[in-house]
Parts: sequence; C-alpha cells; structure tokens
Amino acid sequence: MLSKSQAKVFFLGGTVVTFAIFLGLSWNSLSNEVPKQTHEENLSPQVISGKRIWEKNNCMGCHTLFGEGAYYAPELTKVFVRRGEAYIKAALMSKTPWSPRGRKMVAYAMSEKEANDVVAFFKWIGEVDLNGFPPKPDLKK
Amino acid sequence: MKYKSQKVAYWFFALSMLLLTLQIIYGFIMAFAHMGYDVLHVITPFNTARAVHTNLLVVWLLSGFMGAAYYIIPEEAENELVSVKLAYIQLISLAAVGVIAIVGYHFNYWEGRKFLEIPRPLDWLVVVNVLTFLGIILMTLFKGKKRTTTSLVLTMGLVFAALLYLPGMIWFDNQTMDSFFRWWVVHLWVEGVWELIMGGILAFLLIKITGVDREVIEKWLYVIVGLTFISGILGTGHHYYYIGVGKIWLVIGGVFSALEPLAFLGMALFAVSMYRKGEKKHPNKIALSWTLGTAIVSFLGAGLLGLAHTMPGVNMYTHGTLVTAMHGHLAFWGAYGMIVLAFISYSMPNLTGRKLYDTQSGILAFWLSNIGMIGMTAAFGVAGVAQVYLERKVGLEFGDVQKEIQVHFAVLATCATLFTTGIGYYIYEFIKYGTPNDEALESLTKINI
Repeated sequence: MLSKSQAKVFFLGGTVVTFAIFLGLSWNSLSNEVPKQTHEENLSPQVISGKRIWEKNNCMGCHTLFGEGAYYAPELTKVFVRRGEAYIKAALMSKTPWSPRGRKMVAYAMSEKEANDVVAFFKWIGEVDLNGFPPKPDLKK
Repeated sequence: MKYKSQKVAYWFFALSMLLLTLQIIYGFIMAFAHMGYDVLHVITPFNTARAVHTNLLVVWLLSGFMGAAYYIIPEEAENELVSVKLAYIQLISLAAVGVIAIVGYHFNYWEGRKFLEIPRPLDWLVVVNVLTFLGIILMTLFKGKKRTTTSLVLTMGLVFAALLYLPGMIWFDNQTMDSFFRWWVVHLWVEGVWELIMGGILAFLLIKITGVDREVIEKWLYVIVGLTFISGILGTGHHYYYIGVGKIWLVIGGVFSALEPLAFLGMALFAVSMYRKGEKKHPNKIALSWTLGTAIVSFLGAGLLGLAHTMPGVNMYTHGTLVTAMHGHLAFWGAYGMIVLAFISYSMPNLTGRKLYDTQSGILAFWLSNIGMIGMTAAFGVAGVAQVYLERKVGLEFGDVQKEIQVHFAVLATCATLFTTGIGYYIYEFIKYGTPNDEALESLTKINI
C-alpha cells in the first residue's frame, strides 16, 4: 500500500517532470513556431498600435479573437476578409452605437488613423496560422 | 476557534459575501443583454459588465481563500498570526484595489485582456497586497510549533498563485505571445495551483468534520495534488490549439486534458470515502453538505464538462462559443465557489460561538443555489450547442444565431433567480451569525471542535 512519503514523491516528482516538459515545449513554441506562424516580420508599428487600441477599449469583453474573449459579439479573427476594410472602419468610426442585427456596440467614434490601425491589426491577425481555426461551415448550402 | 487572531478571517468572508452579491447583479445585466434588453448600455455596456462579473469572481474567491488561510494556518501551526493589524491593512487594501478596478471599468480604465483586465499600475498594488498576505502566512508558519502537510500544501498553492500572476504583467506586441502567457496565469491558476488551495482547505475540513486520521487524509491529498499537476500543467495545451503555435499542442493538450478529470474524480472519491470512513459525527451538517458538494460538483463542472469540449476535434467547433460559458460556470462554482462557502459554513459557528447547525435557511441555501446553477449550466449548454451547430456547421451569421437562441437566456435568468435566492439565504445565515467574539474562543476550546 502506498505510504505518505511515496505519495509525496509522486507529487513532487510528477510536478517537476511535467513542468520541465512544459517549459521545453513552450521554449520551442516561442522561439521556433510563433515567429513563423504569426509572420512576425509583418508586425509593424501600425499593427501594434491597433493591438493597443483593441486592448484599451476591452474589445475582448464582447468579441472573440482566436476564439478567446466574450461571446456577445462576433468572432473577429477573419473579419478583415469577411467584411473588408470599409465596413470595419464604418463600425469603429460610427458616432452612434453600431447595431446591424439588434445588439449595440459601444460608439467609439474613432479617428481615421485609429480605425486604420485597428484594420491593420485585424489584417495581421487574419494571416496567423491557427491550425485550421475557425472551421469552415461544412453544412452550408 | 482556538486562536484569537483567527477572527480576522471573518472580515475576509464578509468582503467575499459583498462581492459575490455584486457579481450576481452584473451577471443579470449580461443575461438581460443576451435576451435583447441591453437597457444599461450607456452606463454599463456588455464589456464593462463582463469585466466586472469575472473580476469580482476572482476577488471574492481570493478573499475567501485568504480568509480560510488566516483561519487554518494558526490552527495548523499552533501559533497566533504574527500580525493581525497588518492582516486588516491587507484586507482594506484588497477591497480598495477591487473597488478602484471595478469603478475604473465603467470609465474605460482597463487592459482588455480576459480575466486580467486590471490595469498595470493596479497590478503593482495587487503584488504588494499579496506579498503582505504571504509574509503574514509564511512568518506564522515559520514561527509555529507544527508544519503539517495540509498547511504546507495550502501555502504552496498560495505562493505559486502569487508567482504565476507575474507572467500576466509582461507587455507583448504579438497577440499570440500575449495569449500564450495569459494562460500561464489563468489556466495554471484554475487548473493548477488553485486546486492545491482547494485541496488544502478540503483536507482541513475533512480532518475536522470526519475525524479520520490526519495521516490518511494527507497521504491522499498528496496523490490528488500530484494528479492535478501532472495533468493540469501540460493540460495548458488545450488553450494553445488555435492561437498561432504548433500542432504538437493538439496532441499534448488532448492527452493531458483527458487526464484532468482524474484529479477531480480523485477529489470526489476522496471526500466521499473519508466521510464514510469517519466515525466522528460532526454536528455541522451544512458544512458537511458543502464539503461533499464541492468535491462532487467540481468533478462534474470542471472535470466532466471540461473534458466534453477539450478534445481538439470538438474544440475546433466549440472554442469561443457559449459552450465555454457552460463549462466555466459549473467549474468555478463547484471547485472554488463551493469550497469557500463550505469553509465559511464550517468556521462561522466556531468564530461566533453561535451554533446554527442544520437550519432551514442553511439547507435551502445549499439546494437552491446548486439546483439553480445546474439549471444555468444546462441553459448555457443548450444555447451553446445550438450556436455551434447553426454558426460553425451551417454557417449562419453570428447575429442571426443569437436571435435564435435568445429564449435560452430566459431559462438562464429563471435558473439564476433560483440560484440568487439560495445565495440570499446563505447571506441571511451569514448575517444571523453576527460578528466573531472572544467568548467563542473559550467555549470552543473546551469541546475541541
């Protein structure tokens, strides 16, 4: 029967081994995979500015990006391709709440420059290799 | 209560009750918005309500954990807390950080990263706060007569939780990097070190309530926290499937996520078998219900419902839908909400000397809140599965799908009302107990509860 000291070894040993593997895999992902899959060379100051605007307004509090965020408003990973630049800018620059299908978005009334930065950010996001996410709707007629 | 300084725990629990109440109010704001009644849009748009709802959750749970630690550590270490005054200052600063953050969220003062919305300057206050808390706990342990496994596991959980807050404070330009390290905080907290805290509190409660030998309980505690880390650390991979890192995480995340329910199953079997084995019939039946309840509901919510959508092939479709909200609600409630309420139920008679065991309102609190939460989980589940099918398979527009599933939010709000009634009873009981006093110290030391 398992003793208390054996149980302790199981806990400490298991933790150290799995954490070491986790760190190794993380190192590999961050140094080899992220630069390629995210096309880090395209991470321009404009894209980074767009990311800051995204964060400053807590867009993730309603939308999802890479499937992460809240579930009140549409997934935006592929929004650049799906809606195009003009539509996105209209939503961001609107002085009244944007509300195409009933739900209201906060009226951010962004400047042209801010809207362009967010669009650049969405364009960069849309090009990241996400291992097949979001899935194609296979029952669509 | 054996040590005077344990009384400070009460005020952390009182803060927890207040924040839980506020969390529920913001939950209703969101449920109504989902039903099409976004009436508070101008002052509390959805993203504000959402940030407040989730952050209040984190702060009321942390406040509960801290209160539990301030109660458990003196008793386990057989020593008064080294500084009660500092513990009160820490409580006030915790409440202040919470209030500033929540008010700030109404004025666009946040960071916009899910669960970690607290702005960086406030993060530093959190760091100071947590360091003060850990300082008190560690010094009390260090100066104490005993260092039990229960107190060490609990303290280890608290120290790791503090350390893991730090990766969330690094700035990244790349969204993938941002997301990668955000999960070091969020996942490794809730599916890692918080389970150590939960395990430590659960072990303490089982020792006190069942009377089973400490050596037996603590042996199984090691096994359970071992399973937690072995599955949970590499289980982080299920958050890395679709964020811009390699496919190896699909395999690693899939395999280790499948093991994650084992830790929760272990916890449930552990609690039930210790209860059966125990010869001591503790009079505090309400605390016993919450203790067994947390072990069982965490297995359902965190274990089984987590497993239901962490397989890569399933998660491809369910990722970023209301299915996640389904799992999230029962998991947080079962694993962490209920353990805090279990501990409060156990400690209140000891802190105040008023033995309100087995009251009608206490029983109603337990059943109504649990039935309500299970109903809410079912409503999220039905809405989520319908959303996955209509949006991800059939390819309907997001907004059109949301209109189709609006009715499920009426069910959600109804079940949430039941849940709120249960919590109302719980808080009524909490208030009825009154504040802690030194008389409780004497009377309870004699009968050694």
